[in-house]
Amino acid sequence: MRAVRIYQVAVIVGFVLLLEVLCLAGVIDKITMPAPHIILRDFVLMIVHRRYFSDIAITMTNVLIAFAAAFTVGVLTGTILHGYRTARDVLDPLFATYYAIPVFAFYPLFIVIFGLGDGPQLLIGFLLGVVAVIVTILNGLDRVPTVLKKTARINRLTALQTTMQVTLPFCAPYLLTAAKLALAYAFIGVIGSEFILARSGMGYEIGFAYTNFDNATMYPLILLILLMSIFANGLLSRWEKLLLARRGQH
Amino acid sequence: MSSAHVTLRGVTKVFPASGGASGVHALGPIDLDIRKGEFFAVVGPSGCGKSTLLELIAGLTAPSEGDVEFEGRKIADIPDGVGVVFQEDASFSWLNVRDNIEFSLRGKDLPPEEKARRVEAAIVMMGLTDFARTYPAQLSGGMRQRVCIARTLVMEPRLILLDEPFGALDQQTRLLMGDEILKLWRATGATVFLITHALDEAAMLADRIGVMSARPGRLIDVVETNWPRDRDSRIVERDNFGLLTSRLWKSLREESMKTMGRTMGGA
Repeated sequence: MRAVRIYQVAVIVGFVLLLEVLCLAGVIDKITMPAPHIILRDFVLMIVHRRYFSDIAITMTNVLIAFAAAFTVGVLTGTILHGYRTARDVLDPLFATYYAIPVFAFYPLFIVIFGLGDGPQLLIGFLLGVVAVIVTILNGLDRVPTVLKKTARINRLTALQTTMQVTLPFCAPYLLTAAKLALAYAFIGVIGSEFILARSGMGYEIGFAYTNFDNATMYPLILLILLMSIFANGLLSRWEKLLLARRGQH
Repeated sequence: MSSAHVTLRGVTKVFPASGGASGVHALGPIDLDIRKGEFFAVVGPSGCGKSTLLELIAGLTAPSEGDVEFEGRKIADIPDGVGVVFQEDASFSWLNVRDNIEFSLRGKDLPPEEKARRVEAAIVMMGLTDFARTYPAQLSGGMRQRVCIARTLVMEPRLILLDEPFGALDQQTRLLMGDEILKLWRATGATVFLITHALDEAAMLADRIGVMSARPGRLIDVVETNWPRDRDSRIVERDNFGLLTSRLWKSLREESMKTMGRTMGGA
């Protein structure tokens, strides 16, 4: 395991070093991409001078709201749908084809309905994640062993108690997978939407910097998005690993 | 009113089939009285409806015809005072041993000290003292089954239903777990109803053994073992133990062959 971790770090470090060499050697044009050490320097300066903090705060708030909404609504819908076979059969084709629909294509419609504020971005972040959460929860609930449900009945638990004390705890690894998906989709949905027609946020600033050849802003913001996404997913993965280890499923 | 602890009268179970096909007649008709405090075992060929019979007594399923009574009251839902131990691992993998055992007392209107006393007593009785903080994944199959038995014990059931609880265990562990069950039975004074496919297990543990026919399962014989109440797995050394298992096999052989023929014939 330790060796795997070393190899993982080595791959990342090797990739960054390769970029550094290619940039310094001029193989990659500095207008296209500055050398990684320059990106890092600009990143530190951005943090130290608290530049774009209001945009970062807007984006993070929207990502968190979209994530929380997709996760909560997804878990509730999945749990309720699991008890209604017919409703599930009706919705199954929609779930199966949902990700073939380009949600971003509806962005103009959302702007007409919600205006140019945060509404359309939140909605896209939510819509991208919610079905992934529902499908993951249904998948987990399908795997709850019958014997655990019988045990709940013998203990005279109500349907709600069975859900809260038996089926959802059994599905905890699936809940974490759903959380990871909802978070990833919230990032994609919110930042992607900010690129198109927003007046603030990290996506908007990256887009603005891109059109002005402002690499000193664009790359540090991209690096920040990468770091935040990796950090959040890393936390959830670590939690998932602990949970699976406790259950003997690692 | 019947003096029996559990009474079955004309009980049948037919599982409905979909698409207009006739249902599967799984069980019955069965008439049976289980006495208070007795250890009653049921043996029968695979698929004869043994587990369905247990689920009827547990209130997990309703009979198609007939009545099941526990302590003189007709069973309509899960009756109070009944605990079940299943063959499959029913431990909750996200709870440690103590919390697994305590699970049965959640929501019960008992003082916290009484809950703690019952959990502690069950942990000691099942030899789980050193594993109270351990999670099921770190335990062997036998130990996990002990956890499930302990979880049933804290309910202080007056009727304990065991659905092939040792089915997944090796022979030595089965014998030792049998000893534990006999100790529990004596200590609690509960009525025990055991479903098993192992004739020697039934012969070692039970006061009476019901032999079931091939599907639809009916009781074709009830055998008294006449063992003393204070017994353990060493009873298998007795000469009449072999005679008892021979008698059970004699009753069962033809029924098992019917089941095998049905399986081989693809019916």
